[in-house]
Amino acid sequence: MDIAGYIQLVFSDYTLRTVTLGTAILGAVTGMLGSFAVLRKQSLLGDAISHAALPGIALAFLITGSKDSSVLLIGALVSGLIGTFWIRGITRKTHLKSDTALGLILSLFFGFGMLLLTFIQKQPNANQAGLDKYLFGQAATLVESDVWLMSFVTGLCLLVLLLFWKEFKILLFDKDYAQTLGFNTKFIDILITTFIVLAIVLGLQTVGVVLMSAILLAPAGAARQWTNSLGLMVFLAAMIGASAGVFGTAISASQDNLSTGPVIVLVALVFVLFSFVFSPRRGLLFKQLRLIRNRNDLELQKTLAFMYHIVEDHKDTSHPHAIKILNNFRGYSHKGLRKLVDKNYVNIDGDMWSLTPKGFEAAHNLYNQNQKND
Amino acid sequence: MGKIAVKVDDLTVAYDYKPVIWDIDLKIPEGVLMAIVGPNGAGKSTLIKAILGILKPIAGSVTIFDKPYKKQRKHVAYVPQKGSVDWDFPTTALDVVMMGTYGDLGWIKRPGISEKKRALEALEKVGMLSFKSRQISQLSGGQQQRIFLARALVQDASIYFMDEPFQGVDATTEVAIINILKELRKAGKTVVVVHHDLQTVPEYFDWVTFLNVKKIATGPIKDIFNDDNLTKTYGINYKVSIQK
Repeated sequence: MDIAGYIQLVFSDYTLRTVTLGTAILGAVTGMLGSFAVLRKQSLLGDAISHAALPGIALAFLITGSKDSSVLLIGALVSGLIGTFWIRGITRKTHLKSDTALGLILSLFFGFGMLLLTFIQKQPNANQAGLDKYLFGQAATLVESDVWLMSFVTGLCLLVLLLFWKEFKILLFDKDYAQTLGFNTKFIDILITTFIVLAIVLGLQTVGVVLMSAILLAPAGAARQWTNSLGLMVFLAAMIGASAGVFGTAISASQDNLSTGPVIVLVALVFVLFSFVFSPRRGLLFKQLRLIRNRNDLELQKTLAFMYHIVEDHKDTSHPHAIKILNNFRGYSHKGLRKLVDKNYVNIDGDMWSLTPKGFEAAHNLYNQNQKND
Repeated sequence: MGKIAVKVDDLTVAYDYKPVIWDIDLKIPEGVLMAIVGPNGAGKSTLIKAILGILKPIAGSVTIFDKPYKKQRKHVAYVPQKGSVDWDFPTTALDVVMMGTYGDLGWIKRPGISEKKRALEALEKVGMLSFKSRQISQLSGGQQQRIFLARALVQDASIYFMDEPFQGVDATTEVAIINILKELRKAGKTVVVVHHDLQTVPEYFDWVTFLNVKKIATGPIKDIFNDDNLTKTYGINYKVSIQK
């Protein structure tokens, strides 16, 4: 299937359109909120929350007997929130660090959730099938009302972000200082955490408990590489998250037997990998290139300075010297010497070198400059 | 001395069972430049944080110009320890300094042109104007400290609390900072500084508080900065090195 054909299909096919829209919106909202989780160094919180939501889903089903996604998601929201505030409570009231608290709550809730799921599956009731889709996600089960719900939450989240932008920023950067300015940091904290929980719960049906944290963190991690502005980072993370949703859906739709959730996660991780390597300022590639260039420049300068030292005592500064003596100098290389010749700083005649007037001038300036810096 | 700027009564803070500061009574007169000195673990930072309400005390009260601290926040500015924040946060020097205007703005309202102007003025005061668009992770330790100072200056407060502003800065920055502090005092502000370098206390400050869980002494440098109080605070004999 070609791309134009696929795009046409997205607009005409109900399921594909719903899933594409749903995953795009989901990617956008988790990308936005994921930025805050990453900057607060609470990356793993998302993982704990999504796992903590599982018993809520099972309990909601047991109590209501309904498999309606909005009912189950309310259960997920409640147990996700309980898990989150227990984590906060554990870190505040005991000596345990947050990673320990996260791990404890994650396994406690997930274990309890799995227990309930197996219990439900053993029940003589034809209605129970399909709850396990929340484990690994099943994007194809998204319906229009789910997308509306996602859009509503995303809109609300945007509104809150715009209203409390400066409060979020100062909480993220310097909580104690925010408090001395008179801001209720607890309120801001709870507000942002609640939205993170909401976004995660929304994504469970699509991506599942196990992989949910990836689409919270991956877009934010990728976006951080490209910008040093918080606003741009949040925006980029939303865009990357949405793109991961759209591309992931497209890939899984055009192949048989590729589950959408994991593909979305993998696409998001490709964005991360690309950003780690290719982003201009923080990326590994350009960092390495800059490093090599700087080293070469410095070696060249040092070689020139070494030549200057040899030459400066002579009356005739372009008096030739043997190339052999340069071998004593650590920064010297044939390649470097050739570069100096290319710059017209040095003349080579057989196995002798001499500084040109231009080279002498450059070395002299360099030498004075270094003296000043010392 | 005229009014009392900060009055602390019976302030006690404990993290677990062991008190970090115990029954602190303190009166800081308006217009002094005061150092809080004491050994590691003496509770110097804790004292400041408890005064500012960042830590909840077990007992005690704090008044600023005779009113409870909560009603007087606008009169108080805080310079936290440089190491207390993540300097890789995606923002610029100017943006951090702008945060000093957030208190006046209150909830929801965004900083505008006048706030930006105030922030730029503060940056100029600390000699960092040319770094205003610099990503904060690209600043040196001394420059980061100046940014924090500028952020507090923007608040245009009457009382400044600073937690080790000289930590890890070079001699040039130290002089620049102390000159700003002295200017603040000249303008009638009260400045309270957690300080580690005993050598410079008599040179920089005119008021001092010795702290080691309990308050050992507080008053003008010339009256109480002596071997007796130093020994009481640090537990070893300081006779040789300090007094000139």
